[in-house]
Amino acid sequence: MKKAEEIFQLLKDNFPASNLELKTDQPTEAIIIASPLEIDKICFFLHDAPELLFDDLMNLSGVDEPKAGLLAVYYHLGSTKIKHKITLKVSTDRNKPEVSTLTEVWKSADWHEREAYDLLGIIFLNHPDLRRILMPYDWDAGYPLRKDYENPEFYQGMKVPY
Amino acid sequence: MGFLDKEFTDGNIVIAKAEDLFNWARLSSLWQVSFGLACCAIEMMATSASHYDFDRFGVIPRPSPRHADFIIISGTVTLKMATRIKRLYEQMPDPKYIISMGSCANCGGPYWEHGYHVLKGIDRVIPVDVYVPGCPPRPEALLEGLLKLQEKIRHESMIKKTA
Ligand code: SF4
Repeated sequence: MKKAEEIFQLLKDNFPASNLELKTDQPTEAIIIASPLEIDKICFFLHDAPELLFDDLMNLSGVDEPKAGLLAVYYHLGSTKIKHKITLKVSTDRNKPEVSTLTEVWKSADWHEREAYDLLGIIFLNHPDLRRILMPYDWDAGYPLRKDYENPEFYQGMKVPY
Repeated sequence: MGFLDKEFTDGNIVIAKAEDLFNWARLSSLWQVSFGLACCAIEMMATSASHYDFDRFGVIPRPSPRHADFIIISGTVTLKMATRIKRLYEQMPDPKYIISMGSCANCGGPYWEHGYHVLKGIDRVIPVDVYVPGCPPRPEALLEGLLKLQEKIRHESMIKKTA
């Protein structure tokens, strides 16, 4: 079992060029902040390194941070073999939110990423099937969980507001 | 009713108005589309199960809308689902009836204000015959809704348009 500090150190040693940051002043678990276009490489390492073996993407969720002009993605990873956990975060520009996909690392990332795309409009680069998953496929009024989202008056002739 | 009271006086002959007979037959075997949406559907299933026994009113869930006489909109209708419900309704043969079950189907329920994805009342898409209030309505309430629907069918007329 590895602590967040140890995992962070391992990442630092293996990705010396990357911009990594550890946040421990959290009420919950420590968070490692990574860059959105490198997250796939980092996660491949976390998944494969024999002392880490993060084989379980427990959750993937998008968050809108309009004050900072950012869209963030949180990854909660776990290892069923070593039984340790870690949380990763990446932030991207709200106007061009692009994050590398993790579908190659964990198959379960597929639908989670589609959900984050559907509700917050985060583009996951190289995702095999980036379609809406909850909202109708032809929903063109934007991304409902963004803080500045406005619901449309009508959808397919049906009145939407109460 | 007009005909059941004459049943035993004239041997094997029953005298009835065609209208009454059809209405009676229709209301006594209402087949339902086997269709549920959200938490209300759980309550609808409980109504179908042995304790409340929907079947004693002739209600049998059918796997195809082509077999069905009525549909219970039992739960939250999302906008995505609303287009499908409309199609289901159009696939049902006439005469067809609708029970709107629970606050969600009636008016959007808990999602009435912030439910960006919820249709605020199924009557915006298809015509409702009986509204059953509650979140969720108890099986007794759904049974009462069914009795109200039967009452409505009992007084239907073949010449006067009702719907
Ligand atoms: S009315 Fe209440 S119980 Fe029924 S579907 Fe809506 S939230 Fe669920």
